[in-house]
Amino acid sequence: MAENLIGIVISAVLINNIVLTKFLGLCSFFGISTKLRNSMMMGLAVIFVMVCSSILTWIIYYSVLVPCGVQYLRIVVFILVIAAFVQLVEMIINKYLPDIYTAFGIYLPLITVNCTILAVALINVDVEAYSFIGSTVNALATGFGYLLAILIMAGIRTRIDLYEQPESLRGMPIAFIIAAILALAFQGFSGMGG
Amino acid sequence: MKLKEFTKGIIRQNPVLVLVIGLCPTLAITTRVENAIGMAAALAFVLISSNLLISAMRNFIPREVRIPAYIVVIASFVTTIEFIIHGSSPAIYQQLGIFLPLITVNCIVLGRAEAFASKRPMKDTLLDTAGMSVGFAVIIFAISAIREFFGTGHIVIFGQEVVPKILASPAGGMILPAGAFLTMGALLAILKRLKVL
Repeated sequence: MAENLIGIVISAVLINNIVLTKFLGLCSFFGISTKLRNSMMMGLAVIFVMVCSSILTWIIYYSVLVPCGVQYLRIVVFILVIAAFVQLVEMIINKYLPDIYTAFGIYLPLITVNCTILAVALINVDVEAYSFIGSTVNALATGFGYLLAILIMAGIRTRIDLYEQPESLRGMPIAFIIAAILALAFQGFSGMGG
Repeated sequence: MKLKEFTKGIIRQNPVLVLVIGLCPTLAITTRVENAIGMAAALAFVLISSNLLISAMRNFIPREVRIPAYIVVIASFVTTIEFIIHGSSPAIYQQLGIFLPLITVNCIVLGRAEAFASKRPMKDTLLDTAGMSVGFAVIIFAISAIREFFGTGHIVIFGQEVVPKILASPAGGMILPAGAFLTMGALLAILKRLKVL
């Protein structure tokens, strides 16, 4: 275990925040962050799916794809695993936990095409080549980074809607400018940990 | 009259500006015009070929499993283009990095498959996806040109200096993530002000 787990956490949550520094999951980041409650739900769902799918894809990559020498199939295999897993979770929740289903229901299918999930699966095996523990910790921390970013964004957007804004900035343009300022703030972490 | 299937993707239903989808590559790889060209070409290839195939198969795919079926088609084409770019220009492959495999989950591709290709014949699909590709290309070209010019002071495409160094002290922040959000926000606001959107 040469990996520095605390380093992975700090890097994934703050220094390389998946939304504000790596530009992933932007569609849901801008689409859902109009309400705090929805953002919270989406963030929690992302954390859950991200951790489970990165465990699954890591195991499949090293126990099936690498021994067979077909690493180039990783995109097809990973996205299928993620889609199947999300579908399965949706069915289980629908059957046994109807209350949670009504709260999370619409966010789960959206997660299949949330690029953060596939990105973390690919980063774990491709870019960083983390160990199993490292991958899981990375997925968990990245999920928290997403939750943090979307919550901050939703908080600011719900407030800013109450104030007067220039007509041409209303809606999406102001959201992008808020994101720019947030990204600048997160830039401040870039010196940490080297 | 079919021409409007093509032209609607460029302004009126521009995927990035109006539908606000496909944002990740739009903002992430637009630090240089060169990367934007690579990304636009890769996306156009995946978008057009996968949607044509989906349109051709639209009567055979059962409704319940359509999303996984589309994703498999799209992922296969992404794997193909990954091989092509890796083989033909390793430098661009390096620059695009993880955003090349992530075309798989680009909302534009799946969105057009679901909203258009799954219901229409191949000829309309070709026009629609070609228009969307042009619309996407125009926007990421514009954003990357703004960011590269203000961020580095000049624009270099494939080793050729297209725009000479005019700015003496470029604003490095435009290359940083914040610059991408700012450019996009300003662009949207200006277009809204001019009533283009």
